[in-house]
Amino acid sequence: MSSSASTGTKTVSGFDVQEARKIFPLLHVTAHNKPLIYFDNAATSQKPEVVIDALSTYYSEYNANIHRGVHFLAQTASQAYDEARIKVQKFIHAQSEREIIFTRGTTESINLVASTWGRKNISEGDEIILSVMEHHSNIVPWQMLCEEQKATLKIIPMNDNGELLLEEYKKLISSKTKLVAVVHVSNSLGTINPVKEIIRIAHEKNIPVLVDGAQAIAHDTVDVQDLDCDFYAFSGHKMFGPTGIGCLYGKLHLLESMPPYQGGGEMIQSVSFEKTTYNEVPFKFEAGTPNIADAIALGTAVDFLNSIDRKSASAYEHELMIYASEKLKLIDGVKLIGTAENKTSVVSFIIEGVNAMDAGMYLDTLGIAVRTGHHCTEPVMKRLHIPGTIRASFMFYNTKEEVDVMIEGLNKAIKLLKK
Amino acid sequence: MKTIEETETEITEEFELFDEWPDKYQYIIELGQKLPPLDDPFKTEENKIKGCQSSVWLNSFEREGKIIFEADSDSTFVKGEIALLIRVLSGQSPEDILKTELPFIDKIGLRQHIAVTRANGLASMIKQMKTFALAFQTINRKL
Repeated sequence: MSSSASTGTKTVSGFDVQEARKIFPLLHVTAHNKPLIYFDNAATSQKPEVVIDALSTYYSEYNANIHRGVHFLAQTASQAYDEARIKVQKFIHAQSEREIIFTRGTTESINLVASTWGRKNISEGDEIILSVMEHHSNIVPWQMLCEEQKATLKIIPMNDNGELLLEEYKKLISSKTKLVAVVHVSNSLGTINPVKEIIRIAHEKNIPVLVDGAQAIAHDTVDVQDLDCDFYAFSGHKMFGPTGIGCLYGKLHLLESMPPYQGGGEMIQSVSFEKTTYNEVPFKFEAGTPNIADAIALGTAVDFLNSIDRKSASAYEHELMIYASEKLKLIDGVKLIGTAENKTSVVSFIIEGVNAMDAGMYLDTLGIAVRTGHHCTEPVMKRLHIPGTIRASFMFYNTKEEVDVMIEGLNKAIKLLKK
Repeated sequence: MKTIEETETEITEEFELFDEWPDKYQYIIELGQKLPPLDDPFKTEENKIKGCQSSVWLNSFEREGKIIFEADSDSTFVKGEIALLIRVLSGQSPEDILKTELPFIDKIGLRQHIAVTRANGLASMIKQMKTFALAFQTINRKL
């Protein structure tokens, strides 16, 4: 373990970060011969041992295709896959496991809604409301749909702190509005959007709402029934699960009304050359052999999240964000980007006279992993008139000592790079 | 005038002095800081190569059958890469520029560090330099 990270014990929030670090093997590697400092958690989280083991156990002990075979292995695998769905259902407080569709991730979840619900319900002249801080994956699928159906996108603006303007949102709603698709937590600014309020406002006019929960799912409790969202999309790999697996939650009556997404095995009830009848939800949307191993390991990631004190983990992440923000403000020329009142554990910033990528590459030479650029949110950058930012995104396994190393690194980067 | 291969060997030898990536990064930054800026009139949209995280302006002209490159970027690191490419390719004939596959980029360990990400426009820069070379070659043949 890095010497810089081994000095802390319990935090102000009461979270035992050193205990948490022990179960993530990757946190103990080196990068360029320096102890790795991983601050790119908004891109993907590292994996606890139990998740890595779940994958290995599946392949070495009960790998089989599911829902078909009558043999022992097939039954074991099918049961584990079905249990994973129930784990996810309970985790996001959905009413029924049938409301959980396994996808490749947030992007596919959104595309699924756009190509099935969207094609059925969006037609010429209709409008879809998005916000200015959407990730490209919650823009492009709707843009493609709008081009196809001759519909229009309407955009909720934000203020300079990175907070959505709800009064402006209300003005955008009209009889033409057919859907609101909005991000729960902004990946580039860290803003936690008032999605419950956004949903309530849309529902007054019976407009369904899709929430992009990619950045929210690992950091806070998500209760889809309390939010009353119609769709909720998220990725497994951002919540300690494997890559290539994610979920779409949809209210059952909506999912049942939607045409299938892709055709193939598993999604059918019976097939003849004259007529094919489709399987019921959720299988209707899971054509072909699903991603069995990763779905099961996602279930393990859910178990893992349920096993930790999420409230204190979340409070600790907030503490890290505030700590980093305060330290960054003291550096001459640093400007924080995204200073919303309600924020998650992301610090985005620019340094006057220093190119973000150059600074990010410098930090990399010190073993520090941050993200630089527009973070797939070009409209946000355009709104703020900046080409991109440096982003450090924290998880409960990060430490204040690591933040100190980054701050020291940034001071050196500025000395080297400032024009 | 050295050949492309001779300059590549020279650069490869210089980089052999550095064992680790952080030292190479520092050296490329130094090269970037030393590269003279491109005059503003040449920083046109036409000359711009847009990368994911940095912008590059590349200008070229012909002098006695050889192509001269000048370039600039908002990233000092990218300017360092440009400095290396200019050192190898500027002043060479269109034919030689089109022929070379620039093996030095692999030899100095640059490709493994940056080409895997889309962040860096190195590949686009090389492509643009070759496009210029092809354009000059075509013009020359017509004349």
